Amino acid sequence: MFSFEQDPGANFGELLKRVGLSPFGDSLPVNEILVPHATTCVALRCANGVVMAGDRRATSGNLISHREMEKVVQADQFSGVAIAGAAGPAMEMVKLFQLQIEHYEKVEGQSLSLEGKANQLSMFVRSNLPAAMQGFMVVPIFAGFDTLLNHGRLWNYDATGGRYEEHDFVATGSGMLHAGTVLRMGWKRDMTVDEGVVLTARALWEASVADSATGGPDALRGIYPVIASITSDGFARIDDARLKNTYDEIAKGVGQQ
Amino acid sequence: MSMPFYVAPEQMMKDRADYARKGIARGRALIALQYIDGIALIAENPSNTLRKISEIYDRIAFAGVGKYNEFDQLRVAGVRAADLKGYQFSRLDVDARGLANQYAQILGQTFTHEMKPLEVEILVAEVGLTQEQDQLFHIMYDGTVIDEKQFTVLGGDMEAIRTRLVERFVPQSSLQDAVKFAHQALSLNDQQIESSELEVAVLVRNNSRRCFSRLSETTIIQYLA
Repeated sequence: MFSFEQDPGANFGELLKRVGLSPFGDSLPVNEILVPHATTCVALRCANGVVMAGDRRATSGNLISHREMEKVVQADQFSGVAIAGAAGPAMEMVKLFQLQIEHYEKVEGQSLSLEGKANQLSMFVRSNLPAAMQGFMVVPIFAGFDTLLNHGRLWNYDATGGRYEEHDFVATGSGMLHAGTVLRMGWKRDMTVDEGVVLTARALWEASVADSATGGPDALRGIYPVIASITSDGFARIDDARLKNTYDEIAKGVGQQ
Repeated sequence: MSMPFYVAPEQMMKDRADYARKGIARGRALIALQYIDGIALIAENPSNTLRKISEIYDRIAFAGVGKYNEFDQLRVAGVRAADLKGYQFSRLDVDARGLANQYAQILGQTFTHEMKPLEVEILVAEVGLTQEQDQLFHIMYDGTVIDEKQFTVLGGDMEAIRTRLVERFVPQSSLQDAVKFAHQALSLNDQQIESSELEVAVLVRNNSRRCFSRLSETTIIQYLA
C-alpha cells in the first residue's frame, strides 16, 4: 500500500512509475534503428456509430516484416484504437491503454467517459514524444460509441499528444493521403455501418495501390484488413468472408477480374 | 515517567481478536456459493453504490465484510497487484491463491504489529475452467486463510447463517436457486431481506475474458419471486 502523497489512485501509468515498470519517459540512446512500422488506418462516423479499419502490413525499410498485423484493436466494450507508427511502442501503448481503462473501471467502480479515454490516450502519445523524436513515432486514432451522447465519436492525434476530435472521418499513417481522399469523396452524413465498411475497405485498397507500405487484400493467403464497427451493441469485428465479398465487388468495379 | 502495565502476549492477542470479531459481527453477512455455471456472491447491503463485492481480475472476485474503508483499501491493493502481475508477466499468471497469500500477509502483519487490527474478513474467489478448479479463499482478520469448498459465509451471525445454508445448499444448482438459498440463509429470524438490500454478483464460467458481472435489481426480484 502507498502513503497518501504517493498513492497513484486509479492511474495505472502512475502505478507503473511508482513500482519502476514504466515503459515510457527515458530517452533512447540510439539515433536510428530499423524497427517494424505499421501504416494506414482509417475511421469514419456513420448514423449509429463508427467504423474503423486498418491494413495488415508492417514494414522495416523496404522489407515487409509482418503480413498479418492487427492495427485496429478493441480498447473496451465501446471503443477501439487504430495505430500507425513504430509497431513495438504502438503495441505497448495499446496494451497499456487497454489496461488503464480496465484498471480505472475496477478501482473506481465505473467506466471512464469516452472523452476521458481519448484524453488518457493523448497523455500516452505525449509521453512517447522523446522516442518519437528519435524515429519511433506513434500516431493512433481513437474511436468509439459515446453512451452518454448516444452517437459515435472520432479522435485523431499528432506525435506531441495533440488531440483533435473529427466529425466525419479520419486517416493516419503513410497511406493517409490516398485513403483520406477516398473517404472525402465517398463520405456521406448518416451513412449506414454497411456503407461505412465498404467505403473504408475501398479507402485502404486505394492506399495500398499507391503506397508501398500499405498492404492490400491478399486473396492468396486469405488476409484482409481488420475492419470493425462500434455501435450501441459494442465493438464488432467484420469477418473475413464478408470482406472477401466486399473486395470481390470492388475488383469487379475496377475491371481487375 | 510512568511505566506501562505488563500485559501478557496471550492476553494482548485475545483482546485484539475480540475487538476485530466484534467489529465484524456488527456488519451484515455475505455468502459465496458454487452453482452450475460458476460462483455466486450474495451480500446483504443496503447501499446501492458502496459495494461489498467487486471485480479483481478476469476470473477473480473480491468480497469483504466489516469496516468499509478497510476492506476497500484491500480491494484496491488487490486490483493493483493483479493488474501489475498481469502486465509484467501474462494474464494467465494471475491467480487467487497468490492474491490470498498477499492478503494474508497484510492482515497478519497488521494484526500483530499495529495498534488496531483490521476489522474485516475477506473472500477471494476464482472461477476455474471446470467446477473442480473453482477456488474460495476465506481470509480472517488475523491473516488466517481457509480454503473453502462449495460455499462460505462471512461476517454477521456467521454460525447461524452457515447452519441455515447447509440445510438448503444443493450442489450443481441453477443461479436462481443459488440466489434463493443464499437469500433464505441470510434472512435470519424468518424475516425476509428486501430484494433492494441484496447485492448479487457472479463469476460465470464462459468463454469471455472477464467473467465477473453484477445482477441488476430486476433480475434479483425475478429470481426471488
